[in-house]
Amino acid sequence: MGLFSSFFGKKSASNAKERLKLVLIHDRVNMNNGTLELLKDEIIAVISKHLDIDPNMVKIDFETQGRSQKLVADIPFRSSPTKKNR
Amino acid sequence: MPSNVLTVTSGKGGVGKTTTVANIAVALASEGKKVVCIDGDIGLRNLDVILGLENRIVYDIVDIVEGRCRTRQAMIRDKRFPELFLIPAAQTRDKNAVSPSDMIRLCEELKAEFDWIIIDSPAGIERGFKNSIAPSDIVIIVTNPEMSAVRDADRVVGLLEAEEKKPPYLIINRLKPELVKRGDMLSVADVYDLLHIEVIGIVPEDENTVIASNKGIPLAIEAKTKSGQAYRNIAKRLVGEQVPFMNLESGSLWNKLIHLGRGG
Repeated sequence: MGLFSSFFGKKSASNAKERLKLVLIHDRVNMNNGTLELLKDEIIAVISKHLDIDPNMVKIDFETQGRSQKLVADIPFRSSPTKKNR
Repeated sequence: MPSNVLTVTSGKGGVGKTTTVANIAVALASEGKKVVCIDGDIGLRNLDVILGLENRIVYDIVDIVEGRCRTRQAMIRDKRFPELFLIPAAQTRDKNAVSPSDMIRLCEELKAEFDWIIIDSPAGIERGFKNSIAPSDIVIIVTNPEMSAVRDADRVVGLLEAEEKKPPYLIINRLKPELVKRGDMLSVADVYDLLHIEVIGIVPEDENTVIASNKGIPLAIEAKTKSGQAYRNIAKRLVGEQVPFMNLESGSLWNKLIHLGRGG
C-alpha cells in the first residue's frame, strides 16, 4: 500500500510533513493526540450548559506560529430560529 | 575573541553527531583556531576513532574529573594540526561518573587556552545530554530529513528552551537532493518550517563519510568532497563569516548534464 501510494498518490515527503506537524504540536504541549477529542467534548458540554451552541459545528484545533502553539476554538451558536423553546 | 563552548547534540542516535563534531573541529583547526573536543558519550566513546586517535588514549575525562591525572595529560594532540586536541570519554564507566558541574569546571579551565571547546553529546536526553549542554554557549542540533530525527530534534529544542539556553542552530545532515526533488524526502525548507530554528549547515549524504571513518581522517581536512566543503562552510559561519549555502540541487543537475554529454 505504501509503495502503491508513493507511485500514484501524494508524494511521501508531504505526507511526512503533515504527520510531523501534528506530532510536534502534541509533543510540544505535552498532550497525546487522542486527548483533543476528549477536550472538545468536555468544552462543548460546559458551554452547552449556558449557551445554545451547535455541537456539530464546533472546531477546536491547535495553531502553530513559529515555535509557539495556541488552541483555537470556533464555537458557532445554533442558527435555526425554531429551537428557541427552553 | 573570547572562547566558545559548542555542544553538538540531536536527541536521536545515529544522525551523525560524532562525524559532525570531528569535521567541525578539523575545519576550525584548519582555520588556525585552537580547538579541543570533548567526547561526552561515556561508555560508548567514538570520537576517538572518527578522528583516528584511538591508539593514543591513556587517560580519559573521568580520570580528569576524579583527579587521577592533570587535564593536560588526558588531552590527545592531533598530529595533523598544531592546536587540535581530544579529551576522550571513559569507555568502562557509567555516565554518572561525570556531573554537569564537573563539565562546567572543566570547560572553564579549558577556556583559558582554547578558542573552541566542542562537546560531542550522547544520544538521548538524560545525564550525558545534560552534562554536555551544561557548559555550552552555542548548541548545534544535528538532524536528518526524516520523521523520527526531526521529532527528536524538536524535543531537544524544547529542553534547551526550558534550560533557558540561547536558541540552537540546526544542521540538516544526510540530505539526498535526488529524493527531495522526487518529493520523497523532506526538504530543508520543510524541516525549517517544522522546527523553526536557524539552519547553519546542510550536509548531503556522502559515501565518502564511511571511507573517512574507516581511515580515521575526517572529510573536512580537505575541501575535495561536497560534505567536506559543507563542514568547512559551517565552521566559517561559526566564526561569523557569511557563506552562502551550496546549491546541492544544481550540483546534481550539472553532473547529469556532464553524464549526458559523455553518454552521447
